[in-house]
Parts: sequence; structure tokens; C-alpha cells
Amino acid sequence: MFDGPEPLYVQIGQMIRSQVLAGELGEDEQVMSTTQFATTFRINPATAAKAFSGLVDEGVLYKRRGLGMFVAPGARARLLEHDRQAYFDEVLAPALAQAKVLGITTDEIVTHIRHQHTTSEES
Amino acid sequence: MTAPFGARLDDVVVRFGRQRRVTSDGGTYRADASAALDGASLTIRPGTITGVLGRNGAGKTTMLSLLAAYRRPTAGTLAVGAGDDPAAWEDPWENPWVTSNVQLVSEGGGVQDDEKLRETLKYYADLRPFWDADTAERLLETFEISTRKKPNALSRGKRSAVGAVLGLASRAPLTIFDEVYLGMDAPTRYAFYDEILADYAAHPRTILLSSHLVEEVERLFEDVVVLDRGRVLLAESAEEMAARGFSLTGPTTAVERLAGDRRILHRQQLGGTVQVTLEGAPDDGTRAAAREAGVEVGHLPLQDLFVRLTDPAARAGHPDGAGR
Repeated sequence: MFDGPEPLYVQIGQMIRSQVLAGELGEDEQVMSTTQFATTFRINPATAAKAFSGLVDEGVLYKRRGLGMFVAPGARARLLEHDRQAYFDEVLAPALAQAKVLGITTDEIVTHIRHQHTTSEES
Repeated sequence: MTAPFGARLDDVVVRFGRQRRVTSDGGTYRADASAALDGASLTIRPGTITGVLGRNGAGKTTMLSLLAAYRRPTAGTLAVGAGDDPAAWEDPWENPWVTSNVQLVSEGGGVQDDEKLRETLKYYADLRPFWDADTAERLLETFEISTRKKPNALSRGKRSAVGAVLGLASRAPLTIFDEVYLGMDAPTRYAFYDEILADYAAHPRTILLSSHLVEEVERLFEDVVVLDRGRVLLAESAEEMAARGFSLTGPTTAVERLAGDRRILHRQQLGGTVQVTLEGAPDDGTRAAAREAGVEVGHLPLQDLFVRLTDPAARAGHPDGAGR
């Protein structure tokens, strides 16, 4: 857990965001407290707090005084929109660049994707 | 509860007294012992869990015993106290307010060997104003230690666990664990880390933890101090320290292009693939370029960074290594 190249608090943010995106954390659902988070993942509470306050600033979470942190209404839709944008730059662009190096043509890629989609839709 | 304690060292030197040594032909001569601390300066931020790292003989135990007033510096000044203003902190030496609020747990120390553990607990209950008997009770159960036993009947690991209990139950505004994990098996160590985090979250205070098991404890730290040969090599947040290095792994030409003129701390060649450890943090440009070139950007474990920074061969060239 959390062994990526980014700082730990960034990785914690990514984990919560992907849970919201996947619908594992619903809107207005309470997330773990910083203390629970710190003891569960064995990390410094200040690191967890930094991740959570970043998510509050982004509008993914909101704070209820004395109760804790909750998933903000509309958070999933906003994350979806953001990540769809990022998908083309960060996921597809390197894959296409690699295809170019390997001499795979656009037609081949399109045919492959069409084929994949039909099979996955059939199953 | 008193606010968490901070601590500050200014140009602190600790030199142990002259020693009489024996020569090979049986004669004796007097020699100056080397300095355990040689101009150490740093500030421990109140309310943090701070890791104290250093190779054997770097001066960790000497520094930690100064804070608990177990010894005095030969030169330099020392201040310990509550609040964010170091000017309000006090010299710990023969200072009852400071010493009652600082709990140092040394490796295997702090217990009366020939008395039942129950007596040691009573002693600390009187000594520490914020002692929590229920916590002590609960932790002794967690670590499976009987208070009817004398510490010298306990295994090394259990003795260390007693130290862990004393430190945690003291709730001292400055709690210091000096290699307290020694002899503990892995499940006990992890239970110890979990108890530190839970207790710290519920009762914020300053905790200093020295350890050689860097990989196990690095995520507990908010700040990190690295001592090397009696000096402070680094004293900064764990995040800043993590940003001191990263690795690139991929095709040699691509990696070398990306590395540019950054300082290479370490290099490992595996056929056509190379992994280099670089000084500094990767910027967004480097990340994007790496992604396109099929080069993997890796994070540098604190352990590796620590080894590289305190490597005798690397010391000479390091900009922060020569001063303090």
C-alpha cells in the first residue's frame, strides 16, 4: 500500500478519489477519521490530515464540525469529468506514442479497439 | 495536560572526560576521548513524531540523554519547554519542571532490575504528572507482561516492551524512545508502532523515536533528524527529506537524457536498462518526459537516502554534510 513515487499524502488523496470514482464511497458518506486512517495504515496522523485537507480544498470531501469528513455531493461527477480529460493526455497519449515507435498504424489500433469492444459487449 | 514540548540545541558539544589507556608494554597514558556531539544544532518541533536516525556512534543516545537531563553538554546551549517560542524554553539541567515532563526510555533501561515490575510502575506513577495507570495496565496485557515478575527474569524483547509501556503510559509532553524496539519480535514491534500512533492521536505530544529499522518506522515520522559523527546532517520534515531524491529506471540513453546534469547518488546497470538515484525531486516536465520515454520514476525510500547520505564515500561531496 502507498508505494508509488509521489509523496504519501498525494497517494492517500488518489486512493480516496478512486474510491469515490468507483462508487465505493457514496456522496454524503462518512470517510475514516484522520486518526482511524493513521492507525489503519500505520502512518503519521499529520500526513493523513494533509491529504484530507487537500481533498476538502478540491471539493471532494467536506467537513462537518464535530462529526468528521464526508464525501461532497457532486464529487463523483466532478472527478469523472476531470479524469476523462486527463485520460487522453496521461493514459492514451503515451500508449499512442509507443504505438508509433512500434510501427502500429492508427487503422490497426482502431480495428483492435472495435474488436475488443464487440467481444466485451457480447460477454 | 501541558502542551507538547519542543527542544533546541545550539552548537552543542559533548566530550567525555580524559581516559587512562594502557599501552602495549603495560604503561599508561592519558588521552582525550573523541566528541560524541561536535557542534550539533537543531530544533525539535513541539507536537511532532520525530525520527532520530544515525549510524552507530553518530551521537543519537548522547543527544537524547541531554534532553532528559541525564547529562550536561561540554559546550553549547540546550533548551526544552512548552509552546512554539524557543526563547521561552528552559535549560533542562536540574530543572524539576522540565525533567518531570520528559520521559526518556533507553534501550533496556528505566526499570529496577531486582524489584518486581509493580514497584517500577509505582515509581513512575509518582514521577510523571500525566501518568495513566489504565493505559499501563492495558498495554502490559497487550504485551503479555506480568507485573509480579522482576525485569531481570524477562527476555530482552519483553524488557523492551516494558520500556514501551513506560513511555506510552507516561503521557509525557516529551516522550523519547531510544532504540526501544531491540529484541522485540515483528508482531510486537508493529503493535508498539500502532500503540504510539493511537496514543499520539488521542493525546498529542512530542515523541522522539530513534531506530535502525528505518523502513519500518519511516511513515510514523512527521520530522526526521539525521545525525552523523556528532553533527546534524539534516533536520527537516519527512516530506522534505523524501523530496531529496528519486530514481529513474529505463533504457540507458533515455535515462541519461532525463537525468541531465543532476547529481547521481547511485547507479545500477542491468543490461540495457539502468537505474539511477538522483538528488532532488522530479518536476512535472521530467515526469511527463519520463512517461513518454518509457522511463519509470520511483520514490526513494528513506532507508536508501539515509544510507547514501551517511556513506563515508559520499560525505565529502555533500553540500550539507560538511557544515551542520
